[in-house]
Amino acid sequence: MSAVTSRPPRHEQRNVLPWLVMPALLMFLGFAVLPLVGVFALSFTTWDGIGAIHATGLTSWRKVLSDPGLPHALWVTFLVMAVSWAVQTPASILIGVFLAGRQRYRAVLGVVYFIPLMLSSAAIAIAYKALLNPNFGLGAGLDIDLLSQDWLGRPGLAFGVIIFVVSWQFVPFHSLIYQGGVQQIPKSLYEAAQLDGAGRVRQFFSITLPQLKYTIITSSTLMVVGSLTFFDLIFVLTEGGPGDATRVLALDMYKRGFQASLMGPASVIAVILVLVGLLLALLLRRLGGRDAGASQLEGV
Amino acid sequence: MAISRRTLLGLAAGVPVSAALAGCGSSGPGSGTGATYWYLNGQPQEGVRAGAVDAFNKANSKTQIKDTTFQNDAYKTKIKTAIGAGKAPTIIWGWGGGTLRTYVEAGQVEDLTSWFDQHSDVKKRLFPSSFGAATVDGKIYAMPCETVQPIILFYNRRVFEKIGAEPPKSWDDIMSLVPKFLAKDIAPFSLGGQSRWTNMMWLEFLFDRIGGAELFQSIIEGEKNAWSQPDAIKALTKVQDLVRAHGFVKGFSSITADSNADQALLYTDKAAMMLHGAWSYGIQKNDGKKFVPSGALGYMTFPPVEGGKGDPSDTVGNPAQYLSISSKASAEQKKVAKDYFATGVLQDEEVKKWIDNGSVPIRLGTEKLLASSESADFLKFTYDIASKAKVFAQSWDQALSPTAAETLLDNIVKLFQLSVSPKQFADNLNAVTGK
Repeated sequence: MSAVTSRPPRHEQRNVLPWLVMPALLMFLGFAVLPLVGVFALSFTTWDGIGAIHATGLTSWRKVLSDPGLPHALWVTFLVMAVSWAVQTPASILIGVFLAGRQRYRAVLGVVYFIPLMLSSAAIAIAYKALLNPNFGLGAGLDIDLLSQDWLGRPGLAFGVIIFVVSWQFVPFHSLIYQGGVQQIPKSLYEAAQLDGAGRVRQFFSITLPQLKYTIITSSTLMVVGSLTFFDLIFVLTEGGPGDATRVLALDMYKRGFQASLMGPASVIAVILVLVGLLLALLLRRLGGRDAGASQLEGV
Repeated sequence: MAISRRTLLGLAAGVPVSAALAGCGSSGPGSGTGATYWYLNGQPQEGVRAGAVDAFNKANSKTQIKDTTFQNDAYKTKIKTAIGAGKAPTIIWGWGGGTLRTYVEAGQVEDLTSWFDQHSDVKKRLFPSSFGAATVDGKIYAMPCETVQPIILFYNRRVFEKIGAEPPKSWDDIMSLVPKFLAKDIAPFSLGGQSRWTNMMWLEFLFDRIGGAELFQSIIEGEKNAWSQPDAIKALTKVQDLVRAHGFVKGFSSITADSNADQALLYTDKAAMMLHGAWSYGIQKNDGKKFVPSGALGYMTFPPVEGGKGDPSDTVGNPAQYLSISSKASAEQKKVAKDYFATGVLQDEEVKKWIDNGSVPIRLGTEKLLASSESADFLKFTYDIASKAKVFAQSWDQALSPTAAETLLDNIVKLFQLSVSPKQFADNLNAVTGK
């Protein structure tokens, strides 16, 4: 009885809730909504970043939408998104499943896999840039011709390098998500499958993968929306080059705004980035199906 | 004590703004008594700049200058953003020209014309040619400082001996040297192509040697279709010829000049020649160990192109570096900055240090110091170029407005990548520089 009376009355509890939300809400408003409104307003102006801001209506929008640089940047962004998803997802699932098992040295290997995630993107990019330098890098140092390609100087190769480095950095993070997902799967499912004579491969495709459906959606959303804003890594590695071979939307925005002093068009691209990001996130949620809230464990 | 939605929104709207205001107050130009000064890092130049500030601070214990350093390419964006946000340092380091013009047009820098009239002794002790890029519409907005930096063709004598060849005397010599070096697995030219302005130096010289100084002048003046003149197309074609012949080091488009990797190629005998600013001498002396003292570093002006109109004495580069004063600074800070211009910039100690590093300071009457330096030959060479050049053009990316310069640099990279033809290059640029 005493336990019941010591609990605070219900209405008081409800009053505390808004206060708990406040810090997060304020951060969100101050650092996400407010700048967003600012950028939207700037996209209807002409501003060199130094002088006065002139409202010029749709001039910046027209300029950007008619620039062949935009479809190119969109295409590169899409390619980075799609290819890095296609490389990272299978790798992350396999590593995640492996780490969730009970093999020897699993914990040690888990820590080793995790290391890239603890390094800053800029540091990773600088290290790879040095390693891949065709004249002073790894290939030249070890005298291996295969390794002393012009890695960052040829469009196709530079794109491949970026996908590789991005994957190298983020696969550990997604593996961690999958590891957690796999550990949630009830052991009874596997036991039943074993009794029915299903082998390891069959178990993976018939139990593990379907049970990971929502984990896959979560991880894919993070990958896809995250790859829209890849900036630091590409900026340090190639600066969008060679030429504009790796110039993704985020880099295009930076270059227009801060190097060419065209804040209006840069804001237009920022707005496009936000719209594409929202659209993709919504789309991925839809992929989860209408019963997204339903349990995967029905009948277990 | 329920919170209504309205109070929540009210709080939400109010707090970030006040928080933001509180967050910004610390480093604003109006606060504090001392002046602030931002400049480029990277030795050996950084040490000389810091030394001049230290000396001034020591001599004036009441008025202090607080200095902060930045990497070259990062500084170019940082300073623009800071000025735009009203957070500029008191003393703005720069290259003059087109960028200075945008500051002037936005009313962000002080007009120094009358100050120079009052302090004619300051003006008189500097190279007269250095004031061109500090002047916008007849008024002076910057104090020229530091050194004169023409672009020079550096070469490695060791590798020239190895293949038994002489330095090029013409463009045709350059083209015939290329296969000879390639046969010995030496890159004919080192180039830090990712930095973009490095590629631009090639066009600056080819435009001058083929079309004469008038060619780029017509571009600066915004003449219609100036980039598609036959001489311009010829120069653009020549540079692509050199790229096609593998004249530039493998991987040049991913090498940055900020890391000095392009210089390293030259002093490690991996490349034979390099077109670079005169400041490169100091870097090679600093980093190249025995390379410079042993006399292996050769230098010459860019050779003429057969049938070209340009005067071979013409050069291009940075006539000086420039210091402007932010118009947003307090009166007190402006006074400190002006005192620094009068009694801190290019004093004897700084002049001596520049000379020791192999640069020619823009102060007049240093001939004796130059001649007695351990780098006397190179300094005389630079001094002669600077003082005898018929035309000393300012680097294009500094002479043009930032917007036009960005399009230019972007297209230059594509030109070197062979992903645009000379004609496409000209069309793209006519669209931004023509009136």
